[in-house]
Amino acid sequence: MSYQIENTQQGEKYNTIFSKVPAATRRKRNTRSRLRKRLLLGTYIVLLMLPIYWLLNMSLQTNSEILGSMTLWPKNLTFDNYIGIFSNPSWYMGYVNSITYVLMNMLITMLVALPAAYAFSRYKFIGDKHLFFWLLTNLMAPPAVFLLPYFQLYYSVGLFDTHIAVALAHCLFNIPLAIWILEGFMSSVPKEIDETAYIDGYSFPKFFVKIFIPMISSGIGVVLFFLFMFSWVELLLARTLTSTDAQPIGMIMTRTSTASGIDWGTLAAAGMLTIVPGILVVYFVRNHIAKGFALGRT
Amino acid sequence: MNNKVYNNRAWLLVLPMLVLVAFSAIIPLMTVVNYSVQDVLGPHASFFTGTEWFRTMLNDPALQTAFGRQILFSLTILAIQIPLGIGIALIMPKQGWQASAVLILITLPLLIPWNVVGSIWQIFTRGDIGLMGWSLREIGIEYNITRNAGDAWFTIILMDVWHWTPLVAMLCYSGLRSIPEAYYQAARIDRASKWAVFRYIQLPKLTNVLVIAVLLRFMHSFMIYAEPFVLTGGGPGSSTTFLSQSLATMAIGQQDLGPSAAFSIIYFLVILLVSWVFYTTIMHMQKDKTPQGGA
Repeated sequence: MSYQIENTQQGEKYNTIFSKVPAATRRKRNTRSRLRKRLLLGTYIVLLMLPIYWLLNMSLQTNSEILGSMTLWPKNLTFDNYIGIFSNPSWYMGYVNSITYVLMNMLITMLVALPAAYAFSRYKFIGDKHLFFWLLTNLMAPPAVFLLPYFQLYYSVGLFDTHIAVALAHCLFNIPLAIWILEGFMSSVPKEIDETAYIDGYSFPKFFVKIFIPMISSGIGVVLFFLFMFSWVELLLARTLTSTDAQPIGMIMTRTSTASGIDWGTLAAAGMLTIVPGILVVYFVRNHIAKGFALGRT
Repeated sequence: MNNKVYNNRAWLLVLPMLVLVAFSAIIPLMTVVNYSVQDVLGPHASFFTGTEWFRTMLNDPALQTAFGRQILFSLTILAIQIPLGIGIALIMPKQGWQASAVLILITLPLLIPWNVVGSIWQIFTRGDIGLMGWSLREIGIEYNITRNAGDAWFTIILMDVWHWTPLVAMLCYSGLRSIPEAYYQAARIDRASKWAVFRYIQLPKLTNVLVIAVLLRFMHSFMIYAEPFVLTGGGPGSSTTFLSQSLATMAIGQQDLGPSAAFSIIYFLVILLVSWVFYTTIMHMQKDKTPQGGA
């Protein structure tokens, strides 16, 4: 890091020597352009947050206030919608179900994807290229294509309406994604590291767990982020493979529209609660994400 | 990369993955192929139909328009999201707490379940209780997504831009972060203009991530289902019915096994063809690329 700062300062110096524009003008120009950047970015983020803010706003209002008048912020702040969700098992179990199958899926995917990605990044073997391409094609299969066969398959093996069924179904796109990203990260680790470890007497499993996995930890962070993201947001398969015991929260939300109209407050509160796990995940991986988002291929 | 060892025992490492993916991909896919060439009348009554379903599906005018609509949609959102994503990545702060804060805020839309995204926008654009719908009505613009096809299209594209531009921005941001400071110094010494810095330093470094961004965005926009389904239900009429929704209606709603299976296979092959083009492009680029550290 320190050499970079030194270099930057040198760069500034060169700039001052050769540039015809006086330093003061240049500095003013820089602050102005930085201000403009901040303004643009600020506008974008405000626009980005506006729909989410509106959901939050509605979740803190009573239904009569939502329908009665246009209020930009809740006049009579109420947490009844949230309390309603947390005191009703048929509501909060939806969250438990969703989180259960997402975590199961992350675990299964990581267990099989790590060794497979290592094989792809380090070895040549018969059919490796074809296998890799075939994996990527699974990433591209529209879930709608697999609706019917999945339903029949999991029904016939007795896994219908279980968490593991959804976790396995999501492996369809999560395993190829994980292997694709991990392969990029693993390939950027020099092969000499493996060889040195073997010379030092490490066995393969010991080397893999003790040395290799810590080296690609930021890659693993990013992969976990992606696995969570795609499993958490997917609903088409999750909905088809469950009926009552493992129903995801997204499906339970449709219950808010009853004969007497839509319960907007509860719908908004349930929607807000689906955003919370996402915020937690981003917060934990925020330092890895900036570098790792390029999937190890920058 | 070039110094890979030839060793067929690597198959042992791939095997667990292969078993699992085979269970969740090959068996279902074979079921689909099976249905696509048969007319299933009952559990034990089915006969072979050959390519009949495929011909029916390819000549179905409703599906042809859905296909055209799908392509138009994918191209539109790519044309908006890619430049916008690059632009946002360029103005994002590079370090400090602001960088983390911006990062978390921008990633937020990506982590909302897709049907909730639909719900959020459905609420947001309603004329009576939604901020956007209400504001547009107040300033006198006729805006109704359930009656006006143009409004529905506009809203779906806006929603998709809102939802997925962050992904493009994040990819570009991490691409930009990997450019060494020395490149910028050299540009400053040459007194390169901002455009020149972008064109000759930043853009070439972004090529790899941009291919990934285009690939991911194309694939997901081509499979879009939950958001328009919740927002417009495919309407008004069938003006926003995309391919996934047509397929789901046919397979689950009407239980037309043969035709929907044939449709599935055609659908899959189209995505496969496009992805093959991308895959060869990526591989080609990696061949040219000089290996470097820092993932």
